[in-house]
Amino acid sequence: MAEITNEQLVARLQEKFGEQVFDIQEPYGLVTVTTTRENIIPMLQALYEDDLLQMQFLTTLCGMHFPDNKGQELGVVYHVHSLQNNLRLRIKIFFPEDDAVVPTATELYQTANWMERETFDFYGIRFEGHPNLIRILNVEEMEAFPMRKEFPLEDQTREDKINTFFGR
Amino acid sequence: MTDNKTDITTVNAPEGVEGSGFFATSLEKVVGLARKHSLWPLPFATSCCGIEYMATMGAHYDISRFGSERPSFSPRQADLLMVMGTIAKKMGPVVKQVYEQMAEPRWVIAVGACATSGGIFDSYSVLQGIDRIIPVDVYVPGCPPRPEQILDGLMRIQDLAENESLRRRNSPEYEALLSSYNIK
Repeated sequence: MAEITNEQLVARLQEKFGEQVFDIQEPYGLVTVTTTRENIIPMLQALYEDDLLQMQFLTTLCGMHFPDNKGQELGVVYHVHSLQNNLRLRIKIFFPEDDAVVPTATELYQTANWMERETFDFYGIRFEGHPNLIRILNVEEMEAFPMRKEFPLEDQTREDKINTFFGR
Repeated sequence: MTDNKTDITTVNAPEGVEGSGFFATSLEKVVGLARKHSLWPLPFATSCCGIEYMATMGAHYDISRFGSERPSFSPRQADLLMVMGTIAKKMGPVVKQVYEQMAEPRWVIAVGACATSGGIFDSYSVLQGIDRIIPVDVYVPGCPPRPEQILDGLMRIQDLAENESLRRRNSPEYEALLSSYNIK
């Protein structure tokens, strides 16, 4: 089987999805594309069923937060991998902070269940259709989403950490 | 380290009145002496300090010399809770439950920077010192502390156990301390 190059992958993506994929980059040899929230699940499905690409393994699903990116503060990154072709693709979606709802990928990938719970836990992104969307790593009574940039790095209840001791 | 029998030291008898065939002293001193030399620790080891404690249990440092022959991995019969390692906020209720299940008299050592103050992990997930959930008697500094330091902490607990009044655990101050931690 001939190896699929990144150029062939990009050409295939544009042929299949056309205007739905944009901002195509290739940092460190990993093809990275951005798509829309509405399109992400059909796109993952199509990549899964594609005879040539056969991207049937979701390696990563995680959140990201860029508070300066107005109207597109939050995002989710998907890495799909083709074990047949040894080929990987990174797909990003962005959406506003006050409308952090994404369709779930659990219908397609069982592994997305855990990853989406983690993303909800740390970023507060709600995945519509997820069977059990509750916190998974942090304590249940936590109210904040600690991986968001506005969350303070240090514990605010400490009284023994005075700035003068730390050269701040 | 020599191996001859003269290295052995025995515990001195407490103050008291000695005569031929009898020895009289106060009950408190006898009980203190017995408690001091039979502390049974409950090692609550979560990370690197736990590994250091395992070295303390080994033949070279030999915590058994102090009467701590049986590291009790159950709260039953344990006198001394040794919390060693990072306690995450999710682990906090477990530590508290273990402490509550121990019978009086009980002592607590916080071993290492994480157990005493959260250490370098000043973040949303880590409890900033176990004294936020249970009362602590001795803090052992270090990251991680050497076995000698853990033994020193144990010896400080021995001092407390030896000199503790038998009425201390029933005193209103002690009850106020426990109630400040919401422990019955």
